[in-house]
Amino acid sequence: MLLIFLLLVATLVFAAFLVGKKRGAALYPARAPSGLQSLALTNVHSLPVYHGLFTASLALAPMLVALLIWSNFAPSIIRSAAMSAAPVISTSVEANRKVLEEQALYRDVQMSAGLLNQSKDLTKPELKSAAEAYNRTQLQLNGLLLALAAAGGLAGAYLGLKRIKPEFRSRNAFERVVKWVLIGCSAVAVLTTVGIVFSVLYETLNFSSRYPFDKFLTGTVWSPSSLTLGALPLFAGTLLITFIAILIAGPIGLFAAIYMSEYASRRFRNVAKPVLEVLAGIPTVVFGFFAALTVAPLFKGLGDSIDLTFGTNLGVASESALAAGLVMGVMIIPFVSSLSDDVITAVPQSLRDGSYAMGATKSETVKKVVLPAAFSGIVSAMMLAISRAVGETMIVVMAAGLAGNLTWNPLEAVTTITVQIKTLLVGDQEFDSPKTLSAFALGFMLFIFTLILNIIALRIVRKYREQYD
Amino acid sequence: MDMTMKPEFQALQAASAAASAPAAVTARGVNVYYGTKHAIKDLDVDIPEKAVTAFIGPSGCGKSTFLRCINRMNDTISICKVTGDIRLDGSDIYDKALDVVQLRARVGMVFQKPNPFPKSIFENVAYGARIHGLTQSKADLDQLVEESLRRASLWEEVKDRLDQTGTGLSGGQQQRLCIARAIAVSPEVILMDEPCSALDPIATAKIEELIDELRRNYTIIIVTHSMQQAARVSQKTAFFHLGTLVEEGPTNTIFTTPRDKRTQDYITGRFG
Amino acid sequence: MTDAVLNTPRRRHDLTSTAAQALVRKRYAAERRFKFFGVAAIVFAAAFIVFLVSDIVIKGAPAFVEHRLTMKLTATSQQVAAEGKTDRASLLQGDWMAVVRSGVAGYFPEVTQRAQRSKLYNELISSGADIDIRNRIIADPSLIGKPVEASVLLSDDADLYFKGSVTKRLERTGRGNGTVSGTTGDVQFASSGSDFVDDVSRIRSDLTRAANLARLEVMRLKAAVQTVASDRRASLEEQINRQVERLADLDRRGLATGGSEKIGDNTASVLLRLNGGVIKVTELGDKSISGTVLIPLKSNVDAKAGDWQIVTLNTPEGSRKLSDQQISWLDRMKDEGLVSRGFAWRFFTSGDSREPEQAGILGGLIGSALTMLVTLGLCLPIGVGAAIYLEEFAPKNRLTDIVEVNINNLAAVPSIVFGLLGLAMFLNTFDMPRSSPLVGGLVLALLVLPTIIIASRAALKAVPPSIREAALGLGASHQQAVFHHVLPLAMPGILTGAIIGMAHALGETAPLLMIGMVAFIVEVPKSLVESATVLPVQIYLWSDLPEAAFQAKTAGAIIVLLMFLFCMNGAAIWLRKKFEQRW
Repeated sequence: MLLIFLLLVATLVFAAFLVGKKRGAALYPARAPSGLQSLALTNVHSLPVYHGLFTASLALAPMLVALLIWSNFAPSIIRSAAMSAAPVISTSVEANRKVLEEQALYRDVQMSAGLLNQSKDLTKPELKSAAEAYNRTQLQLNGLLLALAAAGGLAGAYLGLKRIKPEFRSRNAFERVVKWVLIGCSAVAVLTTVGIVFSVLYETLNFSSRYPFDKFLTGTVWSPSSLTLGALPLFAGTLLITFIAILIAGPIGLFAAIYMSEYASRRFRNVAKPVLEVLAGIPTVVFGFFAALTVAPLFKGLGDSIDLTFGTNLGVASESALAAGLVMGVMIIPFVSSLSDDVITAVPQSLRDGSYAMGATKSETVKKVVLPAAFSGIVSAMMLAISRAVGETMIVVMAAGLAGNLTWNPLEAVTTITVQIKTLLVGDQEFDSPKTLSAFALGFMLFIFTLILNIIALRIVRKYREQYD
Repeated sequence: MDMTMKPEFQALQAASAAASAPAAVTARGVNVYYGTKHAIKDLDVDIPEKAVTAFIGPSGCGKSTFLRCINRMNDTISICKVTGDIRLDGSDIYDKALDVVQLRARVGMVFQKPNPFPKSIFENVAYGARIHGLTQSKADLDQLVEESLRRASLWEEVKDRLDQTGTGLSGGQQQRLCIARAIAVSPEVILMDEPCSALDPIATAKIEELIDELRRNYTIIIVTHSMQQAARVSQKTAFFHLGTLVEEGPTNTIFTTPRDKRTQDYITGRFG
Repeated sequence: MTDAVLNTPRRRHDLTSTAAQALVRKRYAAERRFKFFGVAAIVFAAAFIVFLVSDIVIKGAPAFVEHRLTMKLTATSQQVAAEGKTDRASLLQGDWMAVVRSGVAGYFPEVTQRAQRSKLYNELISSGADIDIRNRIIADPSLIGKPVEASVLLSDDADLYFKGSVTKRLERTGRGNGTVSGTTGDVQFASSGSDFVDDVSRIRSDLTRAANLARLEVMRLKAAVQTVASDRRASLEEQINRQVERLADLDRRGLATGGSEKIGDNTASVLLRLNGGVIKVTELGDKSISGTVLIPLKSNVDAKAGDWQIVTLNTPEGSRKLSDQQISWLDRMKDEGLVSRGFAWRFFTSGDSREPEQAGILGGLIGSALTMLVTLGLCLPIGVGAAIYLEEFAPKNRLTDIVEVNINNLAAVPSIVFGLLGLAMFLNTFDMPRSSPLVGGLVLALLVLPTIIIASRAALKAVPPSIREAALGLGASHQQAVFHHVLPLAMPGILTGAIIGMAHALGETAPLLMIGMVAFIVEVPKSLVESATVLPVQIYLWSDLPEAAFQAKTAGAIIVLLMFLFCMNGAAIWLRKKFEQRW
């Protein structure tokens, strides 16, 4: 169906283009085949190709509008037609069970309709009439779309062709169309943010109407199965793992950046930079696998072999915060190092020269002059790395725990915001239970927290750039 | 024209002709603002047809700014505002109904640094013809490219390598390619913004020779820092200072008997 | 004296004094230390990569190899074409596993008990073992009733045994002449040499080690008994008594000399191979053993020195998936020359499965390809369009400033939040098909859009303004200048950014979990709206499974994913190098 529609659109648009171009070319007065023509000789404003493009865009627009309107209404029309022909299901008392049952029934109808189309036997013969209604309505609506689109396209093309005259500025008109398309593209990025804020905020408000939000923020017990949703252990767990990660990535990333920008020879740089880029390119699910199946058992084994007293060893949980934090730390090293590298290189050479001229060594120059000068930039690099670590999901999903322990011991298992969002939302969900909705509340907290970090960090970076540019 | 005539005399003759020639471009009461900066103040000038007019003056005096007003290149700078009246062949170029693209086809421009497109030499020259729909067949286009390159005295040097990239030419050749590209659109006026400032003396001499050739068919306005160059190539000279047009007139008059003290100071090298 | 000192011109600080030199040395030492930290940081990062990659390669390499039996199978018409119909549809209904079972049974006539048969056919042979013979006969139904050479897929555990990851297997030849008491059931075996001395001492040292651990446990419990509340003391003391008893037993057995020792569930298994059969040793002394026959002996004649073998399976029977009996059967198959090893094409040609030996990544690969198609198709045009508008046409005002800040922030929003957007928006509001590549692609497109916009803007900005001016000066419109000249010149940079963005999207997992791409899906997806999974999600799903064989599959899938990413990043670097242009 979609294929037929696309074919129709392509044909009409292409035809409109060709006709428009031909009409445009016909505007030029006949002239001697070889003489060069001066612009002054004709009063034709735009090239034929622009007349074609403009006509084509006038033909395309109504067809897209038709598709948009159709896809807004068709599914619900088809559904109501099919469901009215479906056998009435047991009317549950609970409204929300009823919704679920209806959904299941509709899925069955859709499946039966598919089988009917392939003229196969129905697994559920009682749905035959509903499936037939489904197919019939769909066929009718599809036909309607095609007819609408064709009519709109032809009308658009006709309007376009009527406007083709020598003095008509079709290039300017077409360029206006292009400009609006480009503006639309830019709007997508803004709409994404708006979409995130609205969808997450909406469900969060939904959540807060079913569960006291202050209890959510300050509760110390996280147990979704018993609907006790105190998120403090998740915040603490997230912070613990992030803290371990930044403890690793901070110094290593910073030292790597200092070495690369101040000491390394060109050749060493050419080798070391790709190493860090490789680190940045490894998918987090791979880090997660490595953390869960190699690093965590390694730590557990190490802990088990360290005897404290009489056979009690240093117990390390098999999903320790340490293992997840360590691997996450390695993951964010490139974020710290590449940004720090940028800000360190941006420090003017004259500052360094001043320090060298006084007899300072390189490391003294770095410590006393370069780093203080680059301090705000480095801070923002760390903040961006922290925001990355807080929002990271796969490593903690695979290597951190599920139970909300409120602890600062890195050897124990903790859980994080992202782990719980994933756990709550994977599988069957009921969208009116505070349990499911709490995932959105957690997502909202995550979004707000990382957003604040990012805004501050990006603002610092901007200020920093202005300072030295 | 008698080729044995002395160049000085030639220039003199052309200048007197220019003075009486009808104006191709006329500007009345032009003011240009960059944000709050008043870059050109109340400028009136006439540019004679089929002659070379030189704009001279110290850096930042507004001569380039005014040049860019004539083909509305200033439109690309959002903070730039132009008021007043500039006419090309009697029609207002800031007319709302006028398509700036068509204006620029009539007023070509050659820039300070040679800026050929990183495409083949042929494509460089053909591009203007393509976007303005000047030719209908490949043969027309070939002919146009050859003619333009010949007029820019570049044909003999590049005819065997038209498919090679334009950026591979020497600086002087690149600038001549830019001139060829400009004349391919058959403009009425060619604006040249210090066209020789990035070139060595030999390449400069060639370009100057070319400008002298071109003035037979085109109205040329050249902005230059070199007073010798202005004296060599132009028939009319306008001296700008701090955004005002101080003095204009036939080149030999300006260089021999300037009316204004500032002009005299500038051409004798006291400032600038 | 003092006058002389005052009169000689001298510096305030004497740089040649020992104190000054010591200071300089100290400063240089600090310098070296500082430099060392820098190198160490980079070396750490590199070492981590090496460790990670080698770990994954070692874990993943077995996934690319599989073991199968190659044997003659005869499909009877009763088994596969009961009603005499040999068309494709009726043949598909046949009991092809029965064909395989009867083929295997030819080699194991003694396995008749129900429990035994299940251990052989269900646990050693894959449930997909019949695919090859089925396909062969469907292709040529005239082969029914005739022996056909076909390959029979082994189960994951059997495959792992042949890969050597179930247990370490040592085989040595008996040095003495052996006498055996029977061919089936419980038997006695005696050797004229001291063939089992090493085994006995190994078992005894294991016992001693266990005794030492028990001793520590007793000490720990005794320490604990002091601190524990009185009501729990009784049970703890009882526990201590049990441990003490166990300890005494372990000590006695571990320190004994001569006599015999039992082989328990937690000790390495010892098997004897003689006269074409296998005996599992249950108790052994220096020269003689008693045991149970696992595979019947052909006769009970004496075995000469060198004609019988002792097999040690290092992993105790209690801690491995395969019993001694099953391992004996597998050894038998190998001896018969049935087992062959080959490249596991199946890993690339089949979808997911509950059975590790049948699971492949094709579903994930196709799912990823479809998803990437949607992502690329959306985010490249939209991203480039947005970049062109913002860089070339947008007026510089507060609004565009906000858009810019917004895009930079969007690039740093956690990916799981995009998953929430997809769930709330595309699935719940727009009612799009769950787990489909369409929705996955949409979410990933939004995710990488900021990256592509930022990269494209940088590439557009790098094109010198003189090119734009040249075009404008010729009378090109602003859009013509951009689309004819600036965009083509920026294209390599844009594509580099796009490839890096796509590589990022290809490895992304979390947002796809949110939109339900975690379902177990066997079918390879054929359209954009079917339920599908993608490669990284497949990796995540497999990593959670308990079977050891899935661990290799997970690592194998990671290798494939990393290969793709490696190629994409390589292409990006190549593109950047090739079209790097300086103006």
